[in-house]
Amino acid sequence: MDEKITEKTFEEALARLETIIGELEKGELNLDESLKLFEEGIALARHCNAKLEEAQGKVELLLGIEGGAAKTVPFQPEEE
Amino acid sequence: MPEILTVSQVTLYIKRLLETDEALQQVWVCGEISNFTLHSSGHMYFTLKDEKARLRAVMFRRENQWLKFRPYNGLEVVVCGRIAVYPKNGEYQIYVDLMEAAGLGSLYLAFEQLKERLAHEGLFAPERKKPLPRLPRKIGVITSPTGAAVRDIIKIIRRRHPRVDILVIPAQVQGDTAPASLVAALQTAGSLPDLDVVIIGRGGGSAEELWAFNDEGVARAIAACPHPVISAVGHETDFTIADLVADLRAPTPSGAAELSVPEIGELRNRIKLCTDNLTALFSRLYARKRAQIDRLSFHPVLRHPDRLVLARRQQVDEGKEALVRRMQFVLQERRKDLEQKLAQLEMVSPLAVLNRGYSICYRDADGRVVREAAEVDPGEGLRITFRRGQIYARVETVKKDVTLWTKK
Repeated sequence: MDEKITEKTFEEALARLETIIGELEKGELNLDESLKLFEEGIALARHCNAKLEEAQGKVELLLGIEGGAAKTVPFQPEEE
Repeated sequence: MPEILTVSQVTLYIKRLLETDEALQQVWVCGEISNFTLHSSGHMYFTLKDEKARLRAVMFRRENQWLKFRPYNGLEVVVCGRIAVYPKNGEYQIYVDLMEAAGLGSLYLAFEQLKERLAHEGLFAPERKKPLPRLPRKIGVITSPTGAAVRDIIKIIRRRHPRVDILVIPAQVQGDTAPASLVAALQTAGSLPDLDVVIIGRGGGSAEELWAFNDEGVARAIAACPHPVISAVGHETDFTIADLVADLRAPTPSGAAELSVPEIGELRNRIKLCTDNLTALFSRLYARKRAQIDRLSFHPVLRHPDRLVLARRQQVDEGKEALVRRMQFVLQERRKDLEQKLAQLEMVSPLAVLNRGYSICYRDADGRVVREAAEVDPGEGLRITFRRGQIYARVETVKKDVTLWTKK
């Protein structure tokens, strides 16, 4: 199960997390099923948080494409 | 002497001249409406003017009934119609078939024509629109690297989500070379697989400055881009073909930045809310189950299991008592019965006879009761039993025939 979660995109993970909460809210599940969903939900929330911090926040300017790869330089827009 | 013509003749001559001119039979004219009158017949009479000239115009009810807007003085319009002469007033005028409101004249017309063509091809269809990812990791920004737009976009994206990567793909955003530059940038963006969304746009400007975003090639390049495209051209009120083709139209470059990324804090809150919800739900479930267990374990049966035994024990005791009573009754009955039997027995008992003075005589040799005198011989031993005690005797004489009841 863990492996499947880490493969999920942020959207998929968040959507699944919301579904799980909905399921638990209905309260129709037995204890074992609820426990399983709870564990999955916690793993999903962790995954979402990880995804959130995944990108680095770089700002770059594209100079061109060389051999299929983007050639870039760090970019700082001019101040007003 | 030159030929003298009547007014009618001259007018007719001019009329024929104008009305046989191909170019005047379908002309597009832009200008500002003035002296507008809507006649009770439903026909519209007005003058089109620009800074240097005026042109009388009429639009009959048959044509103007299709107008989507109501013309008014001061409105810039583009009309299509034919030029003809109205002899009575000695005026030439345009008979208008079509009218569109415009500030742009021929550009507007081109815009409308392209819009119609692309709409017809389905390029603006809602079902073509690609959904935006909720959390892009890298955003491509196609714009001028020196404008205010790029600065605003970067500033807002960084503020909302400092961890998102931004790649500025430089392009010319105005001038004759802008369309080709934008198309190339869009193709480059499309070739970069790590972009999650593309913003294309520029800051505000005149209609002519924004014109590259009404270019057909740019529109088709936006449609062909594999990534979701957000358009952000000029100000809120500027609508371009690029806006119509894009997957999402942002009112301004800043707006595009806001639409492109969710706020990281909001997302963190959202996830936290989910986690909290999950924990709360689970502890509620846990508490409910716990309460169920408690309720059951406090059930009297489980709390005082001895009560069950006590009740049974009472039953046992009661049963035992009943049994004893019953036994006593039965015994008593038996005893009564026995006494009765004994009394009966007593009546037939030889012992009773002994009470009345009889005695029993046994032959001593074998213990047999002697019933007749003939059963013994003289000299034989006898044992005689009385009510109390016995005596041993010897037979002296035997008289066989003597009977107690027979007379001698």
